[in-house]
Amino acid sequence: MNIINIEHIAKIYQVGSEEVHALRDVSLNIEKGEYVAIMGPSGSGKSTLMNILGCLDTPTKGLYNFTGVNVSQMNDNELANIRNKEIGFVFQTFNLLPRSDALHNVELPLIYAGISSHERKDKARLALDHVGLNDRMHHKPNELSGGQRQRVAIARALVTQPAIILADEPTGNLDTKTGEDIMALFNEIYEQGNTIILVTHEEYIAEHAERIIRIRDGMIEKDEHVKDRYIPKKNGFSKAD
Amino acid sequence: MKNFFIEFLEIFRIAFNAIRINKLRSTLTTLGIIIGIVAVTTMSTAIVGLREAFLTSISSLGSDVLYVSKVPWFAMGDWSLYRNRKNLTLEQYERLKDMINTYEAIAPTASSFGLNVKRKERSVISTVVYGTTEDFQRTSQIELEEGRFMSEMDVRAGRKVCMVGQDIVKELFPIESPVNKEIKINNIPFKIIGVMTKQGSGFLGSFSLDGMIIMPLKSLELFSDDIHRRLRIDVKVGDVDKLEDAKQEIISAMRIIRKVPYNKPDDFAVNQQEAFKQMYDQTVGIIAYAGIVITALSLFVGAIGIMNIMFVSVTERTKEIGIRKAIGAKTWSILLQFLTESALICLLGGVIGIIISFPLSLIINQFLPTTMPLPIVGLSLLISAFVGIISGFLPALKASRLNPVDALRYE
Repeated sequence: MNIINIEHIAKIYQVGSEEVHALRDVSLNIEKGEYVAIMGPSGSGKSTLMNILGCLDTPTKGLYNFTGVNVSQMNDNELANIRNKEIGFVFQTFNLLPRSDALHNVELPLIYAGISSHERKDKARLALDHVGLNDRMHHKPNELSGGQRQRVAIARALVTQPAIILADEPTGNLDTKTGEDIMALFNEIYEQGNTIILVTHEEYIAEHAERIIRIRDGMIEKDEHVKDRYIPKKNGFSKAD
Repeated sequence: MKNFFIEFLEIFRIAFNAIRINKLRSTLTTLGIIIGIVAVTTMSTAIVGLREAFLTSISSLGSDVLYVSKVPWFAMGDWSLYRNRKNLTLEQYERLKDMINTYEAIAPTASSFGLNVKRKERSVISTVVYGTTEDFQRTSQIELEEGRFMSEMDVRAGRKVCMVGQDIVKELFPIESPVNKEIKINNIPFKIIGVMTKQGSGFLGSFSLDGMIIMPLKSLELFSDDIHRRLRIDVKVGDVDKLEDAKQEIISAMRIIRKVPYNKPDDFAVNQQEAFKQMYDQTVGIIAYAGIVITALSLFVGAIGIMNIMFVSVTERTKEIGIRKAIGAKTWSILLQFLTESALICLLGGVIGIIISFPLSLIINQFLPTTMPLPIVGLSLLISAFVGIISGFLPALKASRLNPVDALRYE
């Protein structure tokens, strides 16, 4: 079943009197349970594609069906609703609320989903437990390490049980070792049947996915399945045999 | 509805935290509102007090009483037109009394100023004395603390008896009861038969009977060459609803009595308490409301301060707005978040402002008969919340319209 179905989308920005074609003609299907990496150099249009996939932005042209719903013409509030329920974001800079503790950060999407306090806290605890942070629930982001912050962000992305997890350079601000831990966590999430879209410009990160889509100049340059992807162990890399 | 409530709790929490975290900033911003609210509540308390004092001071003029006099109380235009009018006379009073029906009591009243009153070695100088009839008790709603009001017999015979106000009693009879005692008014002995209850002086003390002496009209002739010079006729109608009819009746009667030709204007005036209120509202009232408007400007300045700081707050928290929007906060939710914050700051300012201005109103109470009226408390809270919402609206709108992609990228 296609979670994402994109047909001939284009995104054109008006910069002064000039039109910038960030995406030219992109068509793409992503199925449930896939682990996809979107790769491309800066200026390739991969951020634009990610914003559209994440319902943060709408395409200028073309059709975007997300879980069978046409979202390309939706208004801001309808998109906010889709993001809230169906998309879990993981950002390079974590994007946690600095003044709230880990638990409240994870609760946040559930608040906007209108879930009651008691149920919210249970779900958030479970999600933090899942990423191995049950002893850090009441720490604020500045009391956590980079890796721990990213794990809080992942817990926040998972807590609503979204249709896709959209990770934008999730290891970009982490050292190699911590990055590996995070990728191991993504692998675990993938193996539990979640759909993950990973946006990165680093080859070795992309190779954790089972499918790599390469973008260049606003178009898909290559879309291929990875034959022998990296399957990281819980605490490091391990090559699948 | 339940969803909204859950989200609103979060919104309230954010607003409260934002205020708590930026203590100094919130305090300074709130200060603007505090000053505004203190100014407005204190000013309006003073204005309400001023009007209260005024109404108290004219309350000796009954609201259902018409005062017929030679010149109107608030004469406009050429004074000579009024000056040349003939005086009212006692004969005219008698005829008027016969001709009109709509009245409860009718009393001719004359006055004399600057009389000296003595009791043994104690004295009061420059007293006002009213000469009138027994009906005056009803036209002026006089209550007696002690003794009695003068009777028809006292009036007819022109006895040397009098009723005195509390200020006179205080000066001349500090210990003993004044009833049946003798005082000398301009060296003529008078017997006190009654003491009027204290009216309390408004700031226009001249209407208060506390400093006055009342006696039979004929007795007043002992102090005045011509009592007709200041003669007026007080007509108590008894029913405010019939005031206008009674007034027309009096005007018709007086035109006949004074032989005013049909093509000439009245050569007398029928006054009522209402004229004082109108006069007040036209002069003091306008100045007072201008005062409120001017003090409200300080609230306006406070509101500008709030708006300014809310814009700063939105800019500072652009990234937070981006995060919230990315994970599902809707436009109205962000809008409400910032509106709540500014309303909360203003409400806080309002509450503190009221806490400060309450003791101030007690100080005003030393001079004017009022404390801070409850509606003003409620109103100022309402105003401060309103100011918060108005001044927070533009910044909140800016926040709610931020594009999540740009907001997330903001550093």
